[in-house]
Amino acid sequence: MSLLAALPVVIPLSIAAILAALNKFISRRCSEILSILATIATGCICGELLLQSRMQPVINWFGGWTPRAGVALGISFVIDPIGAGAAAFTSLLVLAALVFSLHYFETVGTLFHVLMLGFLGAMCGFALTGDLFNLFVFFELMSASGFALCGYKVEEPESMQGALNFAITNTVGAFLVLSGIGLLYGRTGALNMAQIGRTLGGSPDGLVITAFVFIMAGFFIKAAVIPFHFWLADAHAVAPTPVCVLFSGIMVELGLYAVARIYWVIFDGPFTTHRWALRELLLAVGTITAVAGAVMCFAQRHIKRLLAFSTISHVGLLTIGFGLLKAGALAGVALYVMGHGMVKAALFLVAGILLHRYGGVDELELHGRARELRATSIIFLLGGLGLAAMPGFATFVGESAIMDTARSMGQGWLRAIFFFSAALTAGAVLRVWGRVFRGMGKGKQAQAAGAKNIREERETKGAGHNIPAVMFAPAATLVLLAIAIGLAPGVQRAARTATLLMQDRTAYQARVLENAWIPVVSAGQEHAPMGTELAWSFAATAAALSLAWLSLSRYWPGKNALTRPLAGAVYRLRAIHSGHIGDYVAFLTFGVAAYGVLLAFLIELR
Amino acid sequence: MSFFPYVVAAWLFVIGLYGMVTSRNFVHLVICLAVLQSSTYVLLLSIGYRVGGTAPIFAGVPVGTPAVDPVVQALMLTDIVVEATVVALLLALVLQLQKHADTLDPDKLKALEG
Repeated sequence: MSLLAALPVVIPLSIAAILAALNKFISRRCSEILSILATIATGCICGELLLQSRMQPVINWFGGWTPRAGVALGISFVIDPIGAGAAAFTSLLVLAALVFSLHYFETVGTLFHVLMLGFLGAMCGFALTGDLFNLFVFFELMSASGFALCGYKVEEPESMQGALNFAITNTVGAFLVLSGIGLLYGRTGALNMAQIGRTLGGSPDGLVITAFVFIMAGFFIKAAVIPFHFWLADAHAVAPTPVCVLFSGIMVELGLYAVARIYWVIFDGPFTTHRWALRELLLAVGTITAVAGAVMCFAQRHIKRLLAFSTISHVGLLTIGFGLLKAGALAGVALYVMGHGMVKAALFLVAGILLHRYGGVDELELHGRARELRATSIIFLLGGLGLAAMPGFATFVGESAIMDTARSMGQGWLRAIFFFSAALTAGAVLRVWGRVFRGMGKGKQAQAAGAKNIREERETKGAGHNIPAVMFAPAATLVLLAIAIGLAPGVQRAARTATLLMQDRTAYQARVLENAWIPVVSAGQEHAPMGTELAWSFAATAAALSLAWLSLSRYWPGKNALTRPLAGAVYRLRAIHSGHIGDYVAFLTFGVAAYGVLLAFLIELR
Repeated sequence: MSFFPYVVAAWLFVIGLYGMVTSRNFVHLVICLAVLQSSTYVLLLSIGYRVGGTAPIFAGVPVGTPAVDPVVQALMLTDIVVEATVVALLLALVLQLQKHADTLDPDKLKALEG
């Protein structure tokens, strides 16, 4: 029994309630300080839980409703290192966003901090819970705070449209999850994940496959896997920048976390002999997501939208990593999520600095205008290199762990997907860097305004002479942390130990239902990234740099017989992203059906 | 246990999706979402239903009396609370959209293309 376990949810939510109640009476400064302190406290507790759960999961049965004879009626938090790590990482990003918004917003109400704390508490609960319905409730709380934060700028129609697209698609996803949970409850009579996993067993029949597809598709909507990804770019383009940091940095990844957790605790039993079928499906959708996201990313000129499509592409890579269904690859995914979250958060914060100072985030309009921002330019450059998974960043450690596993399974071709995604997404970011911070290439005057421009209202007060420390420091810290984790010895081994614990279904069930002690699994030796992996990563970085340089130089090919089909394909891909909610729901329906049919077909095949 | 409630649940889910895909008005669209949501109510309640079961109140009834499952009813109540929150929030967003864009038609919003 650990009282500490409940605090990561209790602290943010109670402070949020107090702030909401005192809305009229306290000053902006006061609510800022309170929310930052609450976030720091939450982060510290999550860190402590991470340390405590290193050997075996920490379990807390609320109200003392412990299981009797393997039947769990109460609700529990089951905290393993991956869950605690996700919660701690969430606190870090929320802290960065809150510090950044100290100076960022011209006017910001207490309600912004209330929503941020609600978001934080929900994400922590989501990462820590061991109960399936509880997971759904935290999912909805996280979504509702997210919708409100996304539509924070109520006076902009675009903002409302983006928030509505986000809210409607994600709510449909939540109902899919709930239907899946209902079906599982009908079969097993349990809501505790460990107990469902133990009761389910056997081979997958129609009901199990349907429940799995509903739950997976529901969470994949949050994770923005194709064809559920449409909302993400719209939401990121319109949400306030500090909120984008949280969306891209952790919320999207938590969708994938939920699928991984539920798969390994519940569905791995029935799917053990059919893992290959799920693997085929996940590798396929991961690949398509990574490729399409990267192409869309490179085609953007609105910087926040560009970064959003890069997130979609990287989620594709993470789906591939999870889809290998091996502990080694999952450890790589955990590290990649951290590295990517930090780098992407820093990039969004720099985009926020640009918006704050120049009143826009259009790449062409900002041509050469940010030459004066030397230090900020370095952060953006490092962020671009981090996206390319250059050796030295945490993304590289994660990527090489995923690729090691992939190679050992004979799936070495995945390296090409990682290469493509890194080259295009990092290439796009480096292109922005060259154009905006170095004044390379052409600007708005020379180029006809082709793409439609999303009006971006200033969220901020007038720019001073210098970038204030509270805006610069979070971005710089996050990038440096991504490098520090990338260089730290033993992170890969620690992540491997954590994922082995996460994947050990029987040990998890015994720990939750019988309170039995789990011996710690050995993660084997830390093996340094191989030479080939280093070479590939440097090649990807070089490709990104040359692609960025090429697109800014006069050698960039114009329209000719060779490029026209390619441009036509990109145009058609962009046309699918219509911003129309009806289209998005149609794609969503198609996606759920396609996932179900494909999975059932693949399982029947053998 | 008859399978009809499950057919109704599936029908509500699909008809809600159809309404959302074809909707020309955001208020209508949000209500379609609520229709879709009601499929989860039907699903949860029919999962917990027992033929001949009474309401799950166990005071003053003999042990062993069949009763419907109270857990799914609790889930459904939570579900209703969730829906009320989300629909209220969505309608608030729609209201702001009408105020500032002067339209409720998804076809007329073109800012987020490509």
